[in-house]
Amino acid sequence: METLTFRYATTQTLPGSRPSAITGVVASGNLEVLLERNAPPGECRVEIDTAINGYGDVWAAVVADFVARRQPGGLTITINDGGARPDTVSLRLAQGARLMEAS
Amino acid sequence: MTDWRQERTAREARLERARRHADGKVVPAARVVDLLEAILQPGDRVCLEGDNQKQADCLARGLSACDPARVHDLHMVQSGIVLPEHLDIFEQGIARRLDYSYSGPQGARIAKMLYGGQIELGAVHTYLELFARYFIDLTPNVALIAGVSADREGNLYTGPNTEDTPTVVEATAFKNGVVVAQVNEIVDRVPRVDIPGDRIDFVVEADKPFYVEPLFTRDPAAVTETQILMAMMAIKGIYAEYGIRRLNHGIGFGTAAIELLLPTYAERLGLKGKIATHWALNPHPSLIPAIESGWVSQIHCFGSEVGMDNYIRARPDVFFTGSDGSLRSNRAFCQTAGLYACDLFIGSTLQIDLQGHSSTVTTNRVAGFGGAPNMGSDPHGRRHPSDTWMKAGREAGGTGDPALRRGRKLVVQLVETFGDKLVPAFVERLDALELARKLNLELAPVMVYADDVTHIVTEEGIANLLLCRTLDEREQAIRGVAGYTEVGRGRDHAEVERLRARGVIRRPEDLGIEPLDADRSLLAARSIKDLVHWSGGLYEPPAKFRNW
Repeated sequence: METLTFRYATTQTLPGSRPSAITGVVASGNLEVLLERNAPPGECRVEIDTAINGYGDVWAAVVADFVARRQPGGLTITINDGGARPDTVSLRLAQGARLMEAS
Repeated sequence: MTDWRQERTAREARLERARRHADGKVVPAARVVDLLEAILQPGDRVCLEGDNQKQADCLARGLSACDPARVHDLHMVQSGIVLPEHLDIFEQGIARRLDYSYSGPQGARIAKMLYGGQIELGAVHTYLELFARYFIDLTPNVALIAGVSADREGNLYTGPNTEDTPTVVEATAFKNGVVVAQVNEIVDRVPRVDIPGDRIDFVVEADKPFYVEPLFTRDPAAVTETQILMAMMAIKGIYAEYGIRRLNHGIGFGTAAIELLLPTYAERLGLKGKIATHWALNPHPSLIPAIESGWVSQIHCFGSEVGMDNYIRARPDVFFTGSDGSLRSNRAFCQTAGLYACDLFIGSTLQIDLQGHSSTVTTNRVAGFGGAPNMGSDPHGRRHPSDTWMKAGREAGGTGDPALRRGRKLVVQLVETFGDKLVPAFVERLDALELARKLNLELAPVMVYADDVTHIVTEEGIANLLLCRTLDEREQAIRGVAGYTEVGRGRDHAEVERLRARGVIRRPEDLGIEPLDADRSLLAARSIKDLVHWSGGLYEPPAKFRNW
């Protein structure tokens, strides 16, 4: 078990008004992503609990790309990871952002 | 005086020795070993029919039970190394040299035996290439083949899995060789004649029906959301973009996902009738929803698939069937069709390097090739245009009179950046090179060469290699879709963004793909049971795929 925390400054705030969303499930090879609109507008916080140790640099790269592509300002994102591959993480984050963008 | 009939004389002698074990042409299963020991001579070139699916397993067991003192140093020339006996005979000294194509199920063991020097390897071929050599320099002396039934004259019904049989028999029977067929039953009259009896020397009634590998059944329940995302990208970014109507699919889950998205996602995009109408393909169960929804005009098959027989019989407008109603497949013709008459090949692989060479050889598995290198290559003998082919040709560039510029076959690699156990699909150097070094091979076993591949699709996006003008661009285009593998993380970010601006790299968002659509509810069938329902109960899945 490993806990990772990232904090990013964003140039934009994620549009939409939904206060929170959840996507995915905690299962082997999968992950659960909780998104909450409770961070300052130009900031995104990400906290990850992962079952697998030693992939901190990959997580950092995956989350940094997500933040750069989606500019999810204002969000706190909490991840419960069951050992998902990076592609699954990217997809879930993109799906979570789209859910939050819904009005 | 020159004797021009030495091979004929030798053949007669073999037949003479063998006849004492036969009643006419018919040999009981219990006499197989006697029969083979009478026919075979040391050093013979032998095709022990091991196809992609159908296996002459009774004859394989018989060969493996032969006395190595009498039958040894055989040179095996067969497309599939599938059964344990196919390799046992090398350990026993019955066989020594091997020329083959595909070894999926025996990939790990054949790797060990190659490294251990137990097999003298000629080459790993593509199917059509091996078939071609049957007629030039690898003509079998003896062919041991499989069919469903035969009459006492040797007329053979191969059933829906005709596969390699006509090709093997053609090469052997017309060049003084001996052909032995195992069949599930001897009948008074065969349902249809797939091979005329005068090409068959002996018929063995097998102790049990021949084994068929259900190689093309992909359970929709195992299709992941990443695969659905990639399938959406392929449909929108390639199939729709180039208007691909004539195509071949590989056997992976990625292409199964595409098949399952035709009646849903592709239908929503208004692509029905505009893409995926004419196929060179085995009867994939995952294509049933598209067929039932009226997407598919016709399919020619390499072989059949377990459980699909009744469904195929009921859809003769779509499939090639015989006068008896059952499927007629033919690997050599279908490979030719896939090579010359299809505008796209899309399949998966295990490793891709920085130039785009790909291989399924890894350090401890040698899976061989099958059809991919053929269908995944740009046929320079092609002369007929199509919009798809011409568009790809224009993208590849070139100079001079446009009427003198050939088109390009689309060859697409559909790969997830990480495979099983987080093994990266993108590598700096192919394991195939290490295999070639260890085995002293002049040529590394490459599945699809870099100059044939036109697109790479991963969950991160599509790299269009046709639009790359330099080797550096090509490398960055590949790194740019290689995700979080080391190769992917080694990208030049600025160059990748430039390639994206030019449309060389396209991300899901560039294609207008909604990530929320990457959901299993988008699949036309989400289980094997759904496929059975789509088929109106005609598809009968093998037991291992039934969980209800």
